[in-house]
Amino acid sequence: MGGDAAGPVPTEQHDFALWEKRVDALMVIASSKGHFTVDGLRRVLEDMPPDSFDTMTYYERWIASVNQNLIESGVYTTAELAERMSEIARRGATYGEANHE
Amino acid sequence: MPHDHHDHLSPSGHPYRPDDDHPLTYWQQMEIAIREILIEKGVTTAAEINAQIDAMDARSPANGAAVVARSWTDPAFRDALLQDASAASASMGFDIGPLKLIAVENTADVHNVIVCTLCSCYPRNLLGLPPDWYKSRAYRSRTVKEPRKVLAEFGVVLPEQVTVRVHDSTADMRYIVIPARPAGTDGWSADQLAALVTRDSMIGTGLPKEPGAIADART
Repeated sequence: MGGDAAGPVPTEQHDFALWEKRVDALMVIASSKGHFTVDGLRRVLEDMPPDSFDTMTYYERWIASVNQNLIESGVYTTAELAERMSEIARRGATYGEANHE
Repeated sequence: MPHDHHDHLSPSGHPYRPDDDHPLTYWQQMEIAIREILIEKGVTTAAEINAQIDAMDARSPANGAAVVARSWTDPAFRDALLQDASAASASMGFDIGPLKLIAVENTADVHNVIVCTLCSCYPRNLLGLPPDWYKSRAYRSRTVKEPRKVLAEFGVVLPEQVTVRVHDSTADMRYIVIPARPAGTDGWSADQLAALVTRDSMIGTGLPKEPGAIADART
């Protein structure tokens, strides 16, 4: 990444969506409670193939890394996650419908 | 605006709200799932997550501007800031926690710029969340290789004799640029000076505003 050739620096800016802020908050909270470290977050990000940077957004990469770290530290299992994600998918087709406050 | 392309309009012609109206993505499902599991297991609470988001939203470049303006007006604080920026900024209520914060000062001979080549590490306690361009592949790739070209894209063209120093942030070590105090601001208070300090001037991709730009700041 550092030192690679690349085009002009993009100037677009988007407002952070609520789900993105939640990803950020989960990262800060889980790491502040010792479940993983910022180094752990970055290790998973750096292990991602280069095309992840084209196919996934910033906070998509972050939630993938948060998930990997939490599973590795034994907070929950892949089975628990899969079961919950299936349940969430059945709740509705949009984030607003699927998110139970 | 980047979001007014017609693909982003609903059949009624209104922009989709980014959060609730487009189809649920796999990664959003994962965020909801992880959040619910962490709450159920007692790792966190919904209130704690909301409080963290509120704290994040409350941090802005105004924090950094206050620190910079004080360093321009209070020599003892400037020395403390250059010595230990974590402690100096915490003393103003902007705690960076266990991370090491390093303040780098621009002078007539040296211009500093910060980047995180690996991801997006940034002095969030002083500047809030990083802008999208800071996290972009182009900025992260090129700033360490051709900083003058990158700076020129931001409108910062430096004389050849000025040394450009690029600082690559890490998970544990963050940088803040202390821009040079603009000429023509003698006698200004720290609050007046803070209005000249832009976010980009503290990243190094910009310069402070000229005093004439906010002539009424002294009233």
